[in-house]
Amino acid sequence: MKTREKIEYKATSNACKLCSPLGASFVFRGIERSIPLLHGSQGCSTYIRRYLISHFNEPVDIACSNFTEETAIFGGGANLKLAVENIIKQYNPELIGIATTCLSETIGEDVSLILKGYNKKNFDENFPEIVSVSTPSFSGTHIDGFHGAVRAVVDSIAVKKKISTKQINIFPGMLSPADLRHLKEIVSDFSTNYVMLPDYSDTFDGPLWTEYQEIPEGGAKIEKIAFMGDAVASIEFGRVLSGEESAGKMLESRFNVPCHSLGFPIGINETDAFFKALENITGKPVPEKYVKDRGRLIDSYADGHKYVFDARAVVYGEEDLVTGLASFLSEVGIIPIICASGGESGLLRQKILDIIPDAEKIGIRIIESADFVEIGEEARKIDPDFFIGNSKGYKIAREMKKPLIRAGFPIHDRLGGARIVHVGYRGAQQLFDTISNTIIATRQEASPVGYTYM
Amino acid sequence: MTNIPILKERKKQIYHKGEGVFDLTCDTKSLAGSISQRACVFCGSRVVLYPIADALHLIHGPIGCASYTWDIRGALSSGPELHRMSFSTDLRERDIIFGGEKKLYASLVQLIDTYRPNAAFVYCTCIIGIIGDDVDSVCKRATEEKGIPVLPVHSEGFKGTKKDGYKAACESLSMLVGTGSVENIGRYAINIMGEFNIAGEAWTIKEYYENMGLEVVAVFTGDGRVENIKRSHGASLNVVQCSGSILRLAQIMEEKYGIPYIRVSYFGIEDMSKALYDVAAHFKDNPGIMKKTKEIVRNEIDAIYPDLLRYKKALSGKKAAIYVGGAFKAFSMIKALRSLGIDVVLAGSQTGNKDDYEVLRDMCDEGTVILDDANPLELSKYCIEKGADLFVGGVKERPIAYKLGIGFCDHNHERKISLAGYSGMINLAKEVYSSVLSPVWKFAPQRMIS
Repeated sequence: MKTREKIEYKATSNACKLCSPLGASFVFRGIERSIPLLHGSQGCSTYIRRYLISHFNEPVDIACSNFTEETAIFGGGANLKLAVENIIKQYNPELIGIATTCLSETIGEDVSLILKGYNKKNFDENFPEIVSVSTPSFSGTHIDGFHGAVRAVVDSIAVKKKISTKQINIFPGMLSPADLRHLKEIVSDFSTNYVMLPDYSDTFDGPLWTEYQEIPEGGAKIEKIAFMGDAVASIEFGRVLSGEESAGKMLESRFNVPCHSLGFPIGINETDAFFKALENITGKPVPEKYVKDRGRLIDSYADGHKYVFDARAVVYGEEDLVTGLASFLSEVGIIPIICASGGESGLLRQKILDIIPDAEKIGIRIIESADFVEIGEEARKIDPDFFIGNSKGYKIAREMKKPLIRAGFPIHDRLGGARIVHVGYRGAQQLFDTISNTIIATRQEASPVGYTYM
Repeated sequence: MTNIPILKERKKQIYHKGEGVFDLTCDTKSLAGSISQRACVFCGSRVVLYPIADALHLIHGPIGCASYTWDIRGALSSGPELHRMSFSTDLRERDIIFGGEKKLYASLVQLIDTYRPNAAFVYCTCIIGIIGDDVDSVCKRATEEKGIPVLPVHSEGFKGTKKDGYKAACESLSMLVGTGSVENIGRYAINIMGEFNIAGEAWTIKEYYENMGLEVVAVFTGDGRVENIKRSHGASLNVVQCSGSILRLAQIMEEKYGIPYIRVSYFGIEDMSKALYDVAAHFKDNPGIMKKTKEIVRNEIDAIYPDLLRYKKALSGKKAAIYVGGAFKAFSMIKALRSLGIDVVLAGSQTGNKDDYEVLRDMCDEGTVILDDANPLELSKYCIEKGADLFVGGVKERPIAYKLGIGFCDHNHERKISLAGYSGMINLAKEVYSSVLSPVWKFAPQRMIS
């Protein structure tokens, strides 16, 4: 039995996680006319930009307060304010989202203190909103930075104006732009009044331009975020998130906005729960087109069930994505034999057990705080049929000569990471077809005959 | 014209050739809030040392720095591939409070025992100095206990610019140099420096030198091996590519071992040939070397010339923007693109110095925009205003080009295509051709209005 001490003193090899300011950057890109600003070294913003650009193939402008040696000694207040001023001059944003880094946190920078009196009220109407979030990379992972930023935005902008809005608040979690577009389509088919935070469906996946867009069009409207306290309900996705302090829960306790805490809507079971919640909130039935999507999906499950049954998958990524994918895989008869995440909530095991109660009996290995070396070691013991997750698992899949089905973030070795749909019946359809066809193709290629029919 | 404003402080780092007095500000830290394309000190160290394939590269700090630099260079190895792993001490909150030395030591022991590297580099990231870790003594202890050199790299991100990271890496390397045996190294031996073997480029260059009759002791650091670095002081000439990255080491080796160095570039026919000739000229006492060099250059150029002309015909009159890390690469690119009939309308670098920019100014045509430490807004503004058809840069510049309907050629460390040497020149032509002349740009809105 390893002691806790020993585990903590182990190096992380090929990490299955990123640092928290990256997650916060996602969120600040998902608000209309908003720009992220990292309070730290130049490398923090540049590395995160490069990482995001390689996935989204979009320009990603993230500013930085650009620490120097003097800043580290005397504090970063002056640099932070200079950065804010320069951003305003060049980008003219409505919101600047400031995320701290390990550096600014270690020297004890108090961003809200630095910015005290430095806001809209004391300047003019054109002065942007400033939201700051504490995201030291020595605590939590990128997903904590993501949810922390969502919470910080809601905390500082949402109020109760005591106006009946019928607005629905959606907190989607860290999904692809195509996922966000699909979720918006679904919600808007029930109710035209909703806000999704973050909404980077356009800002991370837009068309070509005639001129450089300082801040790409799209994103959650700040006015709508302000109305979150008057909403009829919030829906937030993430079974792991449900065990933590979240924006939805904050709205519930502060403004009595009921929070529907659901799993990532991946696969029929979790998507059904989402539609049910929408029915309950709006009092409207599921629109015909989704009934048909669902019908076609089940029809395809019938067509493909034999190919996938008892196949064994290695699933990795953020905890909520892994939980969602595990739910989908198990509902079609695939065993998510390894469920691994670099996440550190400590909740992954329980959440997988909630979905697959006999997980341990059927030999499912749940690895929390995993790195890719550990995932590889475990995978080699069990000879899985395929891997499903981001492109960082490719090395192991390649060594083991197993297919990798790309899902989540980052997808650095293929085009279209932003266009993968994971959620809803449509997402399940895309996943099911891809997985079935991958398995069929593997058999076809291995067959000495090479049949041209299934 | 575009409506993009230029920040007041940034105006000193932008020069339009032919307009006013040339007094470009450079070699300064980036302006807060200007979205610099530069990374940090750590990045500078990491890219220089990265290709040493049989060394352990342990990044001491919280996880981000290690995650973002996992397997990011196209630096090939002919043997071990330990450099393609990402190792981090992954410091957590309690380490910040109580210090990270114990964890660093434990990680080193664990990783050295598992992977049996021939040396280990420990990269200090931002917070290491602040939390007061004595990395030098942990490295010393590990060196003694494990019997391999364990070298600290003082690369705290905020302590300067990327260039300071180059220096920190060179200083770590200098601790290895001189610790190996120089037995059996001949009179005509060189080190190839500042060549990182992206897509096998170092192998191409090495072959040229070997065919000239020279011995290559070590490559810094492409396909690098600890053993070769240790004995590299046995060479009689250091041939240095890549302006800033490894110059410091060449200077140290000159001071310490009296090894002279020359600066070269392997990009484009002109600079490639000059590099070989300059090296040959250094070994005057052996005229056979120059004779062979002339043969090599002639044969290589003959082999690619017909293809090159074909590409030139297709590309003549096109306009290019160049924004790269080091200014030396920009010089070569201007010449290489000219040999393809392409005019350069924007040239800039992240780390150029005063002398570099003077050379750049002299090389450029009237009207060319010269930029130091540019940001995406400036790059896009001048690309549009100058009507660029091509952008030569790295991954961060790629989407800027594509969004505006401009072709792109990746000339940074992530690329998988060799662009050095004579074969590299043809690859460059092919790369440029396949982007600039692609029919997809006819759908780009920016191209429709201009």
